[in-house]
Amino acid sequence: MHENIYQRIQENPRFKELVAKRGRFAWLLSAVILAAYFAFILLIAFNPGLLGIPLREGSATTWGIPLGVGIIILSFVLTGVYVQRANGEFDRITQEILKEAQQ
Amino acid sequence: MIARILSAAALLAASPVLFADAITGEVQKQATNYTAIVMFVIFIAFTMGITKWAAKRNTSTSDYYTAGGSITGFQNGMAIAGDFMSAASFLGISALVYTSGYDGLIYSIGFLVGWPLILFMIAERLRNLGKFTFSDVASYRLGQTQIRLLSAFGSLIVVAFYLIAQMVGAGKLIQLLFGLDYMVAVVLVGVLMVMYVLFGGMLATTWVQIIKAILLLSGASFMAFMVMKHVGFDFGELFAQAVSIHSKGMAIMSPGGLVSDPISAISLGLALMFGTAGLPHILMRFFTVSDAKEARKSVFYATGFIGYFYILTFIIGFGAILLVSTNPAFKDAAGAVVGGTNMVAIHLASAVGGNLFLGFISAVAFATILAVVAGLTLAGASAVSHDLYACVIKQGKAKEEEEMRVTKITTLALGVVAILLGVIFEKQNIAFMVGLAFSIAASCNFPVLLLSMYWKDLTTRGALFGGALGLIVALVLTILSPTVWVDVLGNAQAIFPYKYPALFSMIAAFAGIWIFSITDKSKSAAAERELFLPQFIRSQTGLGATGAVAH
Repeated sequence: MHENIYQRIQENPRFKELVAKRGRFAWLLSAVILAAYFAFILLIAFNPGLLGIPLREGSATTWGIPLGVGIIILSFVLTGVYVQRANGEFDRITQEILKEAQQ
Repeated sequence: MIARILSAAALLAASPVLFADAITGEVQKQATNYTAIVMFVIFIAFTMGITKWAAKRNTSTSDYYTAGGSITGFQNGMAIAGDFMSAASFLGISALVYTSGYDGLIYSIGFLVGWPLILFMIAERLRNLGKFTFSDVASYRLGQTQIRLLSAFGSLIVVAFYLIAQMVGAGKLIQLLFGLDYMVAVVLVGVLMVMYVLFGGMLATTWVQIIKAILLLSGASFMAFMVMKHVGFDFGELFAQAVSIHSKGMAIMSPGGLVSDPISAISLGLALMFGTAGLPHILMRFFTVSDAKEARKSVFYATGFIGYFYILTFIIGFGAILLVSTNPAFKDAAGAVVGGTNMVAIHLASAVGGNLFLGFISAVAFATILAVVAGLTLAGASAVSHDLYACVIKQGKAKEEEEMRVTKITTLALGVVAILLGVIFEKQNIAFMVGLAFSIAASCNFPVLLLSMYWKDLTTRGALFGGALGLIVALVLTILSPTVWVDVLGNAQAIFPYKYPALFSMIAAFAGIWIFSITDKSKSAAAERELFLPQFIRSQTGLGATGAVAH
């Protein structure tokens, strides 16, 4: 009986759609955060002076501050975006697939 | 260029933190601080009450390891944040900001960015597949004995190094904050952590962590608020004043010598990002919530709290430049900060909130250590009792009472071991240990866990050899690196030139897993690949996942 459920879920086109959609979304967001972080790290390694340029002439605040704090905020926002969609849209589809399979 | 090298050298000499989660270097014992001790006793009394309450509810292994899955996403997010906001990171990162400004921010960003990845890649699959430990997931369709041995071993090594760093840090910190003896401090931490874990299990450990996280966040918020009030809530003003006071001037507003060459930079980044996803005491927290929905929410809240906390430490570090470095009351005759730069956040507490608030922050710092070591101990105990005893020795046929008994014995043993390690390593240089723990977590636990969930062709042989390879490479390269070969063993020149091994050891692990898996033509390997489909469907849909236990 269990074999059957797995088979039925696997063959359900909605399951394939869910896996593809969620996979794409997760990879996209991962790529964004990885790119942002490693760009930041490589900038520090190769051209640290760039982050030390003042925001305005004579100001002590440098570009590094909004960039650094920006990555912290970006991390938080991206997790929020993912949770919003996964707990809403993706979980709804999952529930439907499970219900169909158990009928 | 020469200026940069000099500033890097100055940073290394001045900075107490190579890996901002270990308190290192000499400390002087301070005068006994009674306010702090009284506040700490109140904390202990309160948390012991919670432990007693939790003990009554601990009737099964599921209660004990995962609080019966009864923790909500918000509570778990708070507890995860608590695991991350150790005393060493609070004091260490604010000290790093105090000595070199912007570098402190770089450091904390590295610790934070692992969290979104944990959410996108592993959180929900982990929750859907596992029960008590991450080894449940790694060994889901693979050879139980081999994979559990490997991941239990990986967990215990990570826990041991992390625990040493915390115990030594605790001893030193308590000398500083409370004026107690190192020995007294280490024994006290050991005994209290065993009590929480032994009687209260995951439920008490989680609540201790939540309470401490609330206290720490409130205390740090108050300090940051007072700092901002001092500069009229103007960040430009805060930075301008700091630049004019600090001996390095404008250099504190840009990257210093923390990350010097690209290889070390990437290696450190990898260790921080993926090490988090391989820490057993963190991964274990995902089983304390009822389902994947709550698991996702916990990461969202955790990321928010941790990010907020790092922004606070940044403000606190700058505040200390303004209010501590200029105040002769916090300096000794030679002009150095009393008690070392690790103490700047504590001095700042006294500067903005007086003696009572100083006592509060000191007590919170101690509570922080306790909560973190309790979580580590629970993770270590479950690796021994659940993975090694119940699943390997008893082949999954252990009775629940027997497994509980082994957990309790292990917890006691870990308490004794932790105290002994704390004593042995008192005078040792332990700066490399948290780094090593992260590197091993990133090179052994993480690759095996990730590929077990994502890669159909993974086999037992591949996971075992590849994971072991990652672990060994991380360990050997750390020993040969400047942090151990030169700083600890006293050799003149490091054999491995980079400070962090993760780039190399992670490549070794993934390559090893890949090669040993695809060349595995055995019958069992074919069976393991067959089992991927049901595992995949369960990981995606939560079909058959363990839910919350009703009370």
